[in-house]
Amino acid sequence: MDIFALTIEQALEGYRAKKFTAVDVVKTCLENVRKYNKEYNVLLTVRDEDELIKEAKSVDYSKPLAGIPVVLKDLFSTNLLRTTGGAKIIDTYVPRYDATVVRKLKESGAIIIGKANEDAWGHGSSGENSDFGPTRNAYNKNHVAGGSSSGSGVAVALGMCLFGTGTDTGGSIRMPAAYNNLVGLKPTYGRVSRYGILAMASSLDTIGHVTKTVGDNALVLSITAGKDPLDATTDTQPVARASFKRSDLKGLKIGVSPEYLAIGKQATPGMDEKLEAVTETALKELEKLGATIVTVNLPNTQPALATYYVLVPSEISSNLGRYDGVRFGHTRETFGGEAKRRMMIGTYALSSGYYDAYYKTGQKVRTLVRTDFTKAFESVDAIFAPVSPYPAPKIGDFSQDPLAVYLSDIYTVPINLAGVAALGLPAGFIGDLPVGIQLIGPQWSEERLYEIGFAYEQETQWYKRKPNIEGSHPSEAHGYI
Amino acid sequence: MKGGLTPDQVHKIARLANLILTSEEVEKFAPQLSAILEFVSKLQKIPTKDVIPTSQVNGLENVYREDEIDKSRMLTQEDALANAPATHNGFFKVKAVFGE
Repeated sequence: MDIFALTIEQALEGYRAKKFTAVDVVKTCLENVRKYNKEYNVLLTVRDEDELIKEAKSVDYSKPLAGIPVVLKDLFSTNLLRTTGGAKIIDTYVPRYDATVVRKLKESGAIIIGKANEDAWGHGSSGENSDFGPTRNAYNKNHVAGGSSSGSGVAVALGMCLFGTGTDTGGSIRMPAAYNNLVGLKPTYGRVSRYGILAMASSLDTIGHVTKTVGDNALVLSITAGKDPLDATTDTQPVARASFKRSDLKGLKIGVSPEYLAIGKQATPGMDEKLEAVTETALKELEKLGATIVTVNLPNTQPALATYYVLVPSEISSNLGRYDGVRFGHTRETFGGEAKRRMMIGTYALSSGYYDAYYKTGQKVRTLVRTDFTKAFESVDAIFAPVSPYPAPKIGDFSQDPLAVYLSDIYTVPINLAGVAALGLPAGFIGDLPVGIQLIGPQWSEERLYEIGFAYEQETQWYKRKPNIEGSHPSEAHGYI
Repeated sequence: MKGGLTPDQVHKIARLANLILTSEEVEKFAPQLSAILEFVSKLQKIPTKDVIPTSQVNGLENVYREDEIDKSRMLTQEDALANAPATHNGFFKVKAVFGE
């Protein structure tokens, strides 16, 4: 068993065929935690080894995720397991209940290895805003992991688990997926329950996951999705498992927006030319598979980023207003810099005299952004876009300029404003750094995105390229890769 | 946002956000917040006169539950207090809010 290549589907097959057991897989994951966690800063809390082995020994193999190791982003409340949200202000908090998704994963037999590092509260797209220090990129440790679900992505890439959970308010699942050669789903708003997950911006927060393959990703969604009486925004829309019979994309129309690409370049003058070439190649692959590429217009892409950075801080200032250090955690001066910045921007945008100019205008422009997508989906089945304007930057490159980091979210945030679904897929490499693309679909179109993603994945097989970590651990890593 | 935020304005916003900042933080945040506000102010140039604001996206309306106590979700007093930094006789202990 090669844990760096092992998918959930292969692990389940291996259990069925009695090639190996959940104990073997969990032990191998723990081995990688021991080897890489300190250096890559991936997990903030790791469960007790004896407890994990015991759990693995008593797995009920009839369950859909039986014996599958998972790490949870530290925003997911876990009963009696420390939950920090990547923030020092609550670094002692031990919840007394499980988030709905955590309960569902436990009931389906998944084994929680630990809690993953992240940008504090989900505020960031590089992973550098964690109060516990940045997570390092699995493919080049001098570069950022992508955030905010940074540890969840790197844990999968470094073989500490077979999938990681995340939240995506403006790209926080797609970014670490793109930067670590993984498949990341930002589901439709309301698809997966947010109950028990620390809130960032409640009108945009979505709950998804990162996996090695499209098939794994669809399997996990079939467990986590669905109506939850504890989250009034969840919908009763059926969650079909994609059939994955499609080997071509004949008859499908995939849209490309010139505004999207042009504005990305304009907003981030550093947009890598090599990245442009990688995404063009990806588009050609889709065309080769039979898809028709159609131009669509998304004229409100430029204002979308500004809208996002009004609405999100506003909702954050409200959500983080509750942390008072009375019921748990420490007092408010313990908040990190980015949380303070966002609370202040939000407070300003919501304050008397500024509310109409900022928050209300933002909500109106949000309508324009949504309408762009609704209109585009009248003529195409999905929209193609890059995830980030560049591959993972070096750690520290943007740390003095918060606005520059915000601009890297240009391709991801409009999707959250519109509340639609997007699937991030590996699309190649620039040097040793992975590059991701995303397929954006209408609300509730996850099944369609999985079908397209699967055909693309079969054709390109980028997921097979594993991190080159032998160099940094020549003796220890031997035998595992 | 013209001319950027003054230190006094940053202090005032911080107070409204229930944050107390050090003078170093004010110095650091003033230009950063000004740059962000200038960036988002672009919105105001977009014609939105007759546009209806979006506050939620999935179209669900009036999602209610029965007004009943769900005991399975109730924390015990012990659990509710388990993480509190200070308690007194089974209550959360807070700082006095009234003066003498």
